Amino acid sequence: MAQKRRTKGPGPSQGEDLAADEDFAPTPSASQVQRSLERLSPAQVDQKVSELVQYLLVKDQKKIPIKRADILKNVIKDYRSVYSEIIKRAGRTLQQVFGLQLVEIDPKHHIYILVSNLPRLEVENLKQDDCTAKLGLLTVILSFLFMKGNAAKESAVWEMLRRLRVDPGVRHEVFGDVKKLVTEEFVRQKYLEYNRIPHTDPPEFEFQWGARAAKETSKMQILRFVAKIQNKDPRAWSTQYTEAAAEEAAGGDLFQDISTPGDTGGASQGARRRTR
Amino acid sequence: MATQMTDGHRRFLQVLMSHGIMEGSVARTLHRDCCEIHKVYYAHDKLDDFINVVNIHLQPFFMQIRKGMSEDDGRTYYALVNLAETEITKMASDYTENELELFRKTMDVIIISESGFASSTDILNLADQLKTKKMKKKEAEQVLQNLRDGEYTLHTRCIMEMEQYILSNYQDLVRKCNICHSLAIQSQVCETCGIGMHLPCAGKYFKAQTEPHCPHCNEFWPHEIPEINRPDSQLPSSAPRERRRTPSSGTRRR
Repeated sequence: MAQKRRTKGPGPSQGEDLAADEDFAPTPSASQVQRSLERLSPAQVDQKVSELVQYLLVKDQKKIPIKRADILKNVIKDYRSVYSEIIKRAGRTLQQVFGLQLVEIDPKHHIYILVSNLPRLEVENLKQDDCTAKLGLLTVILSFLFMKGNAAKESAVWEMLRRLRVDPGVRHEVFGDVKKLVTEEFVRQKYLEYNRIPHTDPPEFEFQWGARAAKETSKMQILRFVAKIQNKDPRAWSTQYTEAAAEEAAGGDLFQDISTPGDTGGASQGARRRTR
Repeated sequence: MATQMTDGHRRFLQVLMSHGIMEGSVARTLHRDCCEIHKVYYAHDKLDDFINVVNIHLQPFFMQIRKGMSEDDGRTYYALVNLAETEITKMASDYTENELELFRKTMDVIIISESGFASSTDILNLADQLKTKKMKKKEAEQVLQNLRDGEYTLHTRCIMEMEQYILSNYQDLVRKCNICHSLAIQSQVCETCGIGMHLPCAGKYFKAQTEPHCPHCNEFWPHEIPEINRPDSQLPSSAPRERRRTPSSGTRRR
């Protein structure tokens, strides 16, 4: 907190050019990006990349997914025409320095999260705090959902939790408003999906794994967790084991990996092999 | 010396990021584990070099892994700190504007005080003042509820992160330790010439001297000399986020 830094925009003539580009299609072609890049000094672009890295780290602290619109408004600003290059480099930097991967979990609305790239360990050494308890609760819910065939009615989830003495209707000593935590916070953080079941009146809802859950853990890891608790071999659940093994083999990565060279920033979709 | 980041460095950084601050022996253990897991070159006395590699790569983001000392027990701590305040870093706070304001005012009281402490009564009064200006009644009551009786001072992490800011903003109002020349929030002070020392620094300097004298003016040093513990413990530190002390009179015997 030593000195205040003022972000420097591009010079007057460059600003005009870039502003004009703003009116064009959201994904400029690679050659357009190249031309815009050439007009800017490397230092200016580097600074934007650093700012974006900081922004992504700060925003990801709360585990709220980051929207492209916010990135453009708060960081990129006049550098829109080279957005795809900046975000590509930011993704690369996050990997190289922090071991974090920038993942686009919603290619349509351009929403990102950060996920650790490093191999998972048995014991992670991360700080244990109030959030750890919430993650424990979440793990139980994710396990339940997977074992029930990847989805479960809201009522079934509450029933299961009540048996563990976590009642959505009662204020919990550690979790507080349980219903709010599960249906709002976990959903906002993309750990869970909470969807209305069609053709139900009165409306009923069901839970599924969210995009972040799919990235931060895997079916196999959750199955192993369940197996450990029940002191059985994971293969005892043949359906789930087959499904988990298939996910592992396929790489399971249905979302865009920002740091792949040659990306034009969210334009293409496709399955990718997950690096381990 | 290699300046490339490895997965060992990255894991160290990720774990330190999640803790914020880490005691020296814990950091050393983490260093060893990270190197072991990722098969990176490891030398047990080269933690600072290891950290330097990370710091080189953190420079563009105005972040740094800094090494500091606890004013309490003289132990070494490592913390990930922010070096500059920008539009972006301002978005990082977990606290409301009013909570931050209260913290700033509390920090003021702590720094300007002779003892380096602010009592819970002081803080209640500050919250009260804010209540009349902008803090909602409900917010102020929340603060009062959470505040326990006792004296408050700045956590090691705060001192490490804000040292530059405090030194430049408070200038002559704050003391630097005569021995290690770092910022001293709490110190023993020479009654004659006014120089100050961290308690652990005084403990080390005056170790086993029957008649301690001020290193500056040579007058008899009137304070109780703190005993220094050998920080050999391999146990992880359990420093809580906010620190609370029972009211003390002057210096502490350890």
